[in-house]
Amino acid sequence: MNRVVLGALLSHWRRHPLQLLTLVLGLALATALWSGVQAINAEARASYARAAGALGQGDLAQITGPEALMTRETFVALRRAGWLVTPVLEGPMTLGRAHFTLRGVDAMTAPAPAQGAMVATGKGGQKAETQGAADIAVPEGGVIFGAPETLLRLGGQSGLPPLRPLAGLRQGLLLTDMATAERLLGMQGWVSRFLLLADQPMGRPPLSSIAAGLKVTQKPSGNDLARLTASFHLNLTAFGLLSFAVGLFIVHGAIGLAFEQRRAGLRSLRAIGVPLGRLILLSLGELLVIAAVAGLIGTLLGYLIAGLLLPDVAATLRGLYGADIAGTLKFRPGWVAAGLAMAIGGTLIAAAQALWRLARLPLLAGAHPRAWAQGGKRMLGVQAMAAAALVAGGGLFAALGGGLLAGFLSLGGILLGAALALPVILSLALGRAARGRSALAEWFWADTRQQLPGLSLALMALMLALSANVGVSTMVSSFRQTFTGYLDQRLASELYISARTPGESAALAAFVAPRVRAVLPIWSVPISIAGRQVQVYGLVDDPTYRDNWPVLRGAADGWDRLAAGRGVMINEQLGYRLGLAPGDMLRLAPDWSLPVVGIYSDYGNPEGQALVASPSLAARYPSAPRLRFGLRLARADIPALRRALTRDFGLPAENIIDQSALKASSLAVFERTFAVTGALNILTLAVAGFALMTSFLTLSDMRLPQLAPVWALGLTRRRLAWLELWRSLALAGFTMVLAVPVGLILAWVLLNVVNVMAFGWRLPMYLFPGEWLRLGGLAALAAALAGALPARRLARVAPARLLKVFADER
Amino acid sequence: MLLDVSDLWKSYATPDGAQRVLEGVSFRLKAGQTLALTGESGSGKSTLLHLVAGLEAPDKGLVTLQGKQLSGRSDAIRAAMRRDRIGLVFQQFNLIPSLSVQGNLAFQARLAGRYDPGWISEMAARLGLSDLMNRYPEALSGGQQQRVAIGRALAARPDLILADEPTGNLDESSADAVIALMLDLVAESGAGLLMVTHSPRLAGFLGARLHLSKGRLR
Amino acid sequence: MNVRRAILAALLAALLPCAGALAQGFGGLGSDAKGFMTPRRGHVLSFPRDDGAHPGFRIEWWYVTANLRGEDGRDYGVQWTLFRSALAPPGQDGKDGWAAPVIWMGNAALTTPQRQFSAERLARGKTGQAGAIARPFEVWIDEWRLAGRWPDLSLRASAPDFAYDLSLTQTGPRVLNGDKGYSVKSPEGQASYYYSYPFLSVRGVLRLPEGAVKVTGQAWIDREWSSQPLSEGQSGWDWISLHLADGSKLMGFQTRAAKGGTFTSATWIAPDGTATALPDGQLVMTPLDISRVAGRDIPTRWRVQLASRGLDVTIEALNRQSWMPMRLPYWEGPVSVSGSIGGAGYLEMTGYE
Repeated sequence: MNRVVLGALLSHWRRHPLQLLTLVLGLALATALWSGVQAINAEARASYARAAGALGQGDLAQITGPEALMTRETFVALRRAGWLVTPVLEGPMTLGRAHFTLRGVDAMTAPAPAQGAMVATGKGGQKAETQGAADIAVPEGGVIFGAPETLLRLGGQSGLPPLRPLAGLRQGLLLTDMATAERLLGMQGWVSRFLLLADQPMGRPPLSSIAAGLKVTQKPSGNDLARLTASFHLNLTAFGLLSFAVGLFIVHGAIGLAFEQRRAGLRSLRAIGVPLGRLILLSLGELLVIAAVAGLIGTLLGYLIAGLLLPDVAATLRGLYGADIAGTLKFRPGWVAAGLAMAIGGTLIAAAQALWRLARLPLLAGAHPRAWAQGGKRMLGVQAMAAAALVAGGGLFAALGGGLLAGFLSLGGILLGAALALPVILSLALGRAARGRSALAEWFWADTRQQLPGLSLALMALMLALSANVGVSTMVSSFRQTFTGYLDQRLASELYISARTPGESAALAAFVAPRVRAVLPIWSVPISIAGRQVQVYGLVDDPTYRDNWPVLRGAADGWDRLAAGRGVMINEQLGYRLGLAPGDMLRLAPDWSLPVVGIYSDYGNPEGQALVASPSLAARYPSAPRLRFGLRLARADIPALRRALTRDFGLPAENIIDQSALKASSLAVFERTFAVTGALNILTLAVAGFALMTSFLTLSDMRLPQLAPVWALGLTRRRLAWLELWRSLALAGFTMVLAVPVGLILAWVLLNVVNVMAFGWRLPMYLFPGEWLRLGGLAALAAALAGALPARRLARVAPARLLKVFADER
Repeated sequence: MLLDVSDLWKSYATPDGAQRVLEGVSFRLKAGQTLALTGESGSGKSTLLHLVAGLEAPDKGLVTLQGKQLSGRSDAIRAAMRRDRIGLVFQQFNLIPSLSVQGNLAFQARLAGRYDPGWISEMAARLGLSDLMNRYPEALSGGQQQRVAIGRALAARPDLILADEPTGNLDESSADAVIALMLDLVAESGAGLLMVTHSPRLAGFLGARLHLSKGRLR
Repeated sequence: MNVRRAILAALLAALLPCAGALAQGFGGLGSDAKGFMTPRRGHVLSFPRDDGAHPGFRIEWWYVTANLRGEDGRDYGVQWTLFRSALAPPGQDGKDGWAAPVIWMGNAALTTPQRQFSAERLARGKTGQAGAIARPFEVWIDEWRLAGRWPDLSLRASAPDFAYDLSLTQTGPRVLNGDKGYSVKSPEGQASYYYSYPFLSVRGVLRLPEGAVKVTGQAWIDREWSSQPLSEGQSGWDWISLHLADGSKLMGFQTRAAKGGTFTSATWIAPDGTATALPDGQLVMTPLDISRVAGRDIPTRWRVQLASRGLDVTIEALNRQSWMPMRLPYWEGPVSVSGSIGGAGYLEMTGYE
C-alpha cells in the first residue's frame, strides 16, 4: 500500500514540476547561505586555533602583577619558587611606514608545543614553523618571524635580524627571541606578562610569598582573536539565519500550496481507506527525501558561496582585527551534516502547518472550495498582536539586555515583528487606496489587497531583506562618514617619520626640530589594566592635540590637566569596558592613579588606549623606545623636509609618510572591511526576490477566475499583464517604504547597542536617502523580475483558458 | 440592425485533430429583441456567444454590432466594444471577488465612463440588492450573485446583453424569477438580448429562438 | 666522562630539530673548541673554586646519583643533573641577561622497583634562573637545587608527579679521576677535568603520587668540564658508579666504537679514599641480559670484572625500565651488585637504538 500511496502523492510533483523546483530551490538557497556562512566561520575559527597553537599559548593562564610591566627578577623569583612560567615581552615597533607588535618569547621555558614541535601536527606546510621554533632557541642573533603578509610589509629592512615566514601568526605580529625583543624595543629587563604552564611541579609556595600583588588570571575562554572576532562571526551567523528564514518563507509557501492542491486527492485517499497515520507518515517521508536532496544541493551551493566570500571575509577580519585567515576553504564533514540537519529541520518547521492541516482534514469535502491560505480578518488581528509582542520584546531586549546576544535578539524581535506587521499595515493601506478612485484603480487596489494572504509570506521575506539592507548600509555608511571625519582629526600632523633604532631617534628628533613648527613624539608603553593590555601614550603639550583630538566628553581644562601630569584621557573602548566617565580615577599602577579628564573616539581599534603627559610616562618607563614622530609644518615645506631627511639625514624614504597617504591606506582598509556585508546583503535580497517570484507564479494560476470577469468586461490581457507587473512593483514599493523606518531602527540598534558591545564604540547615525533610493531601485528591479514571468504568461494566456473559467465546474 | 452575424466558422485544435464547432452560422438581432439560443451540450452555442462578444475570434465570418464590424479587429478594439456596448452574464464566476456588490455593479459602467448612481441604485432596488451593497461576492448566495451579474451587465446601459446559461446554477423557481427580472430590465433599457440556454422552458420566455445542432442553426 | 658531554651535545641538538640549525647555532661544537679553554695535563684543581662554573670551558656538569632505602624497606634511586653549555666563549661582547650565550639544562629522576619518574628543565643566559656558584656552594635551575656548606648539602627537585628533598653529608674525601683530575676520554687523547665526591651519606624524603617516603642511603657527585668534542666514531657508552659492601668504590666506563671495540677507563677508590686510575683494558664489562625498553634492546644485567682487584660481580637494574624520555633519551638507573662482593650503584647507558 505504501508504494501506491506514495505514488499518488508523488504524482503531484510530476504534474507541477515548477512547484517542486520552487520547493527544492528555496530550501537549497536557504541552506546554501546558512551553511556558506557556517563554512566561513569554521574556517576562521580553525585559523585562530592554528594561530594560537602556533604560539603554544592558546589557553594558558597568566600571572600578572600590580604593575603594567614586570621584571626579569620576578621571572627568576617565580621559577626558583617552582612556579613554571614563561615570559612574554611585547611592545609596539614601527619600521618604515608600518606599525607592528614585536613579541619576544623564551624558547627554553615556552610550553612544549612552541619548542620543537611548535605545531604538533607537523603537516605539510608546517615544517617551516617547526624549524622556526628551533631558530628562536638560538639566542645569538635571533630570527624574527612574521606572517608572510607581515614580512611583505616589512620589506627589506636593514638592521633587523633575519626574517622568516611563519604562517598562522596574527597580522602585524612579529615573533622573536626575548633577547632580540629586549634589544629592539629598548626594554632590557622587562617582561610584559607571564604565561603559566599547564604542568606544574608539586609543593609550590603561594604566589604571595614570592612577590606582592602577583595573581593568576585565567585567560578569557579562547584566544585573543576568537574573543575579538566573536562579534563579527555572530554578525555573519545572524545574516545566515536571516537568509535561512527568508528561504523558509519560500519553502513554507510551496508546501502549503502543494497541500491545498492535493487536498482533494488526500481526501480521496482517506476515503478509499488509507489510514490517517500512514498518510501523515508518508507525507513526512516525502518531505524528508525532498529536504535531504535540497539540503545536499544547498550545502554544495553554500560551499561555493563560502569559497567566493572567503577572500572578502579574510580581508574584513584582517582589516578589523589583524586576524589572518587562510584564503582557501577546507571541506569539513561535520559542516555538511549541520547543513543537512538545518535543511531537514527547516523543512519540518515550514511543513508543520500543512501537516497539522492534513491531520485535521475532514473526510467529507466542505461546501465551497477554499482558496489557498485564505487569511481572514481574525488572522490579521492575531498577526498584528504577535507583531506588537515581538517588537515590544525586541525593544525590551535593547533597553534592558546586556551583551551581544541580547543585542541580536532585540534585532531579531524588531525585524520579525515588523515583518509580521507588514501584511496588516499593507491591508489597511490598500483598503484606503482603493477608495474613491477610478473603477480600474479601485479594482486594482482591492484585488491587490485580496492577494495579500498569498503574497504576504514573500513580502515579509522581502521586508526582512530590505530592512536588513537599510540597517546595515546605514550602519556602514555612518561608520564611514564618522571614520573619515575622525581620520581628519586624528591624523593632524602633516608628516610622520620613524627612526630605525632607538639610538637614531634622538638624533632624528634633533635634526627635524629646527625645520618644523612642532615635533610630536608618538610613543607608548603597554600597560595591563584589568587583565587586558592597554597602550598608554605619552603626549607632549601641543596645540595640535587641543585643536584636533576627537574628544567626545571631557573636562574643559582636560588638556591642561593632562599636560600637567594630573589627568589621563582614555579611548571610548576603555571607557565602556571599565565603566569610566570623566572625573573617575584610573589606576595605571599601584602608586599611579589619575583622574579621567577626557574620553575620545578611537574607531577601528579593538583595544584600550590611554593618553598621559609624556614626562610622567617617561619617568616611569625611561627605557621605552620612542621611534615615531608626527611633524607639524607648512604643507609647502614638506618636499624640502623630505629631501633633507633622505639626503642629509639618511632616513629611508619608507620611514617618511605623509598624512594623505596614511588616510588613504586607512580608508582602503575600511572599505575592504565591509565588503562582505555588501555581498551578503545582495544575496539576501536575491533570495527574497526569488520568494516573491515563486509566490507570483503560484498565484497566477489560481488567479484566472478572478481575472477572467475583468477581462470579459473589457480589459485586454496585455493591460491585465501590465497591471500585474505594476502590482508587483507597487507591493515592493509599499514594502520598501515600510522597510526604511524599520531599517533605521535596526541601524540605531546596531550602532548604539551591538556596536558598543562588539567593538566598544558608539557611532553617530547619519541618514543616507540616496542609499535608500538605490535600494528602492534594487527592490523594484527584484519585484519587476519577479512579476515579469507571471505577467508574460498572463499576456499570452489563451482566451479559451479564460473562458473555461465561466463554464467549468471547478 | 443591432447585431448581424454572418457565416461564422470556428474550430478548435484537439489531440484528435481539428474539431469543428461552428459551421457557417448566420442570424440577426434588432434592438429591443430577445433571442434564445438553444442546443445540446457541445452544440457550439457558448462558442457562438463568445464570438459575438469578441472574446474569441472566428476562423471565418463576420460579427457586426450596430454597423461596426467586430471580427478581425484588434484585441484592444474588441475589448473597448465589450466595455462600452455589451453586457455579459455568465453561468458562474461572473463577479470580481475583490469588489463589493456596489463595486461590482458600478465596475463596468465606470470603466465605460457611463456611471449613473441613480440608475444603479434603482436597478439594485429592482434586483433586491439594496441591503447587500457592501457585501462581497463570497458572502452571497448563487441567486444573489447572478442578480448582481445582471445588474452589472445593465449598469452601463449597453446595447446588447449576452447571457450564457445565466441561471444554470440556480434551482427552477429562482431561475424563473431571475430571468423574469432580467427580461423586465432589458425591455426597459431597450437593449437586445442574446441568451444561451439548454432549457426549452426558459427559451420560451424570450421573443425568438434559435436552435443550434452540430454547429449549424436548425 | 665524555659520556655525559655527548649527552649534552645530543640533547641540545634535540632542542634544534634540524641539523641546519644545529650547524648554525652551535657552529664548531662538532669539530673544534675555538675560543674556549682546553684541559691541560698537570693543571692543579683548586677548591672550592672548581665546585663552581667554569665559563671559559664550553661544557660542564654537576651530576648526583643516590641509592636509597625507604622506611618501607624498598630500594629507590635518585638522579639530579645540571648541564651548562656555552654557545660562545665569554667576554667577547659582555652580553648579559637573556642574551648571554649559555644554556642550562636540568634532568631529575626518581626510580622505584616498579616505576620511573623523570623531568627536565631548560634555562638560558645569565638571568639567575639557573647557575652554579662555588662559595657558598649552590647549583640550581628553577627550584631544583644542590647547595650547602661542605660537608652538609641539600638536594631538591620536583615535578608534577614526584619530588625529593634530601640531605647529603660528605663522609670521605673528594676523588680526582685520571691524572689528578685530568681524565683522558679516547685513544685520540681528548680529555676533561673530572673529579667526584663518592662518599656521601643521604637522608631525606621522597614524594611520590602515593605519598611521602623517608629514605636513607648513599650518594655520588660527579663534576666534569671540558671544551673538546667527543671523538667521532663513538656510538655510545656504558658508565657505572658502584658503592661496594666493604666501603670501597668503583667508577668505570666504556665507550663503544661504531665499528666495534671499546675504550675503558676506571677509578678504584679504597674505603679511605685512596684512588687508583685504571687505564684502558683493565675494566671488563660484559652484557648478560637484554631487556626491551622503550622499543630498544638494552642490557640491564652486566658482568663487571676488574682482575687487578679480584672483582667479578654482576650488576642488575633495580628497575629495568629506568628510561629517561628526554629530548635525547637515555637509560639511567640504580643497580644492585652481587658476586665477589655485594653493593649498590648507578648504571648509565646511551647509544642503544
